[in-house]
Amino acid sequence: MKALHKMLDSIRPHFEEGGKLSRFWVVYDSLETFAFTPGHTTKSGVHIRDGVDLKRTMFMVIVALIPALLFGTWNQGHQYLLSIGEVSVADPLMMAFWDKLLIGAVKVLPLVVVSYGVGLGIEFLFAGMRGHSINEGYLVSGMLIPLIMPVDVPLWMLALAVAFAVIIAKEVFGGTGMNILNVALTARAFLFFAYPKQLSGEIWIHEVATSKAGGLLVDGYTGATALGHLASTVGKAPTEPAVAGVMDMFAAGGMFSLTNSFFGLIPGSVGETSALAILIGAALLIWTGIGSWKVMSSFLVGGLAMGAIFNAMGLNAYMTIPAIHQVVMGGFMFGMVFMATDPVSAAQTERGKWIYGFFGGFLSIMIRVFNPAYPEGVMMAILFMNVMAPLIDHYVIQANVSKREKRAEFALAKRATA
Amino acid sequence: MSRKIRIRKGADIRLKGRPTKTVETAAPTATYAVQPPNYHGIVPKLEVKEGAAVEAGSPLFHSKETPAMKFLSPISGTVKAIVRGEKRRILAVVVESDGGNKAVALGKINVTEASADEIRGAMLSHGMFPFVEQRPFADVANPMDAPRSIHVSGFDSAPLAPDMEIVLRDRMEAFQSGIHALSALVHGDAVHVGARPEQSMFSGLDKVAVTTFEGPHPAGNVGVQIHHTLPVNKGEVVWTMHAEDVANLGETLTTGFYTTKRTVSAAGSEHPSPKYFQTNLGCELTALTAGHQGDATRFISGNPLTGTHAAADGYLGGLDHQVTLLPEGNEPKFLLTSGWLSPGLDKFSLSKSYPTWLMPKSKEFVMDTNTGGEERAFVVTGQYEPVFPFDIYPVQLIKSILANDIDAMEKLGIYEVAPEDFALCEYACTSKIDVQDIVRDGLDNLKKELG
Repeated sequence: MKALHKMLDSIRPHFEEGGKLSRFWVVYDSLETFAFTPGHTTKSGVHIRDGVDLKRTMFMVIVALIPALLFGTWNQGHQYLLSIGEVSVADPLMMAFWDKLLIGAVKVLPLVVVSYGVGLGIEFLFAGMRGHSINEGYLVSGMLIPLIMPVDVPLWMLALAVAFAVIIAKEVFGGTGMNILNVALTARAFLFFAYPKQLSGEIWIHEVATSKAGGLLVDGYTGATALGHLASTVGKAPTEPAVAGVMDMFAAGGMFSLTNSFFGLIPGSVGETSALAILIGAALLIWTGIGSWKVMSSFLVGGLAMGAIFNAMGLNAYMTIPAIHQVVMGGFMFGMVFMATDPVSAAQTERGKWIYGFFGGFLSIMIRVFNPAYPEGVMMAILFMNVMAPLIDHYVIQANVSKREKRAEFALAKRATA
Repeated sequence: MSRKIRIRKGADIRLKGRPTKTVETAAPTATYAVQPPNYHGIVPKLEVKEGAAVEAGSPLFHSKETPAMKFLSPISGTVKAIVRGEKRRILAVVVESDGGNKAVALGKINVTEASADEIRGAMLSHGMFPFVEQRPFADVANPMDAPRSIHVSGFDSAPLAPDMEIVLRDRMEAFQSGIHALSALVHGDAVHVGARPEQSMFSGLDKVAVTTFEGPHPAGNVGVQIHHTLPVNKGEVVWTMHAEDVANLGETLTTGFYTTKRTVSAAGSEHPSPKYFQTNLGCELTALTAGHQGDATRFISGNPLTGTHAAADGYLGGLDHQVTLLPEGNEPKFLLTSGWLSPGLDKFSLSKSYPTWLMPKSKEFVMDTNTGGEERAFVVTGQYEPVFPFDIYPVQLIKSILANDIDAMEKLGIYEVAPEDFALCEYACTSKIDVQDIVRDGLDNLKKELG
């Protein structure tokens, strides 16, 4: 590898101050430090440093996302073939495996490419402007964003959302590590509010509108997600046939049965459908200590608690969906594992993480059921908790501060009496 | 009856190059240096000029703030050089040894009967006071203060640190005298010694409260021990002293001759033969490193977490009891073989993204001085807390220091900490932030603000 490093060293002067390509220094620097951890040595303080750096940390998250990405890619093809009747639910899942993967890849890869292209482009621009090196934060955001998008989202919309999220949610606050809101969720929220029409209904299965127009669509496929279907039941009596029809889809053997929802054989955003694939990623994050198990577990408990409360109330059809079914549907699992655990926008104190996670999960289910206009309650709940996180931390720290103040007062009183 | 405390947070960094238990008397070196920057917060005023003849125990300089606080020459000879740095700051007073052992008789003190003022005065004039540090601020103590308690750590838990059993083996009498002297200065509480449960050497001592500490580094840091026995509150002053210096204090006061023995752990993977050396304050490092040469080696006076970067021909720091030689890590590391994507079988990491935690606890690692990545914005949370055994929020305290918010620093507990207590946080930091420097700045700013 000496040769490669020599080569990099030989072109270095072009990029340095005064060189022909000095304005591309950031690009050179990021590529060089990508390939070689620089030979920087400790200057002051500790003489030895842990080998872990932000690159490795972020890379671990990417690895944790791979199961969701691969499964999601396959599932988009699977859903498409199901919707046009090429395969049926009775067929073995492995049937037309490569076709499904290919169809999915043709849709998903451009999303990934656009997300990274636009996001990293903006990052390079800002890094160049500010004269600092590239922070690795976007490596993860750039993968998260396509995974929480509907498969047929127009690429220009995605590009716009990425640009909005990176600039408004991150760079204006000072870049990686300084943002208040989760960057990927901001991208999703931007689309949700800016293009509500395009982001609801018929984009969750590839080409569903075209299939419908061509008369290819199999009965029962509307291109809506599980939560979309459930939202349609709110405000109607449980006895109405339309409601009963929806609820049938969630019963055992239905399209959105617990098994299907858990394994992810349902329409939805690219990476969110399979609880199983997400939990594999979660295991890696918890195992390496990179994702907070405290946030994940309390988030899950919060969601189950709200689900159980709704089950007990049972005021409408939506509320009767079992708590365990609630948490494997929609973006709950994905949000729990990959969004709520974002260390920058989550609570930063260990005790705060419990509270933050619990209310994140609790509110996710609450918003989803109470407000059918926002079927994706997880997104709203996590963004809300992002805003609340500093407040939670404040109170956690305040408790520590007042404990210390009390101790000082006690010591003072003791000295006075002595 | 001693109290038992179990420290759960922290980490032992398993470095290669532990010293064998043999103690060798180091060859006397040609020159010795007293380095004012080792004594944080001291502005030196010279009492000698280059070429002046000095004896062991002759003053070289004193503190500008407290002229009675003398810094003495460890040996007899002539002042060879006054080394100055930027803005003519004095970095070292180098004394060339004459090989003789002429020493100034400073006067004996009966440590069990002398009053606090007598002992205080003797510690200042006998050159022992600079070895006393204080909390808050983690710098040389102010002799005018009446400390609530004085704390001595009876063991050093830092990587490759000297074993106090070896250091104090034949010096328990002197140690006891030192404790007697210190106990006279305490106003309110007592002299506390922190020990390992298996250490019995402190059990028969007079005038001392022993607390035992189990658990990983930094359990041996005196700051951790103070926090878990008698935390420092706002308005309180606590003093600390290294155990070997307590023995030196006892010997100095009882014999009347300036004693600054150093039993040094000379260690590290680059050290040709790691072992203990018996030497004197400020000796040349070459005597301890067996003449080890090479640009590829980092010479550290102190331990790898808190020590000072010394030159190969440098001197042992005034408050250091260890010399560590590590390989420099100034070669770029290719991502797949030894960089950020490598399997890292030979890396010691507190992060579970490296396989260190799967390896046997007996495995020791060679670590170089590479930063292992570049400095980044603070991203990963929950990383400092597991290695920071204080009931203090480390990240929030550091942020308050960066914001220079004195009020917040006080509330978050800056009175209790020293930079060394954050060394493991700095080690573990994914974003490679210089945590100890930040804490030092915070303490200095706090002191300035409080006047």
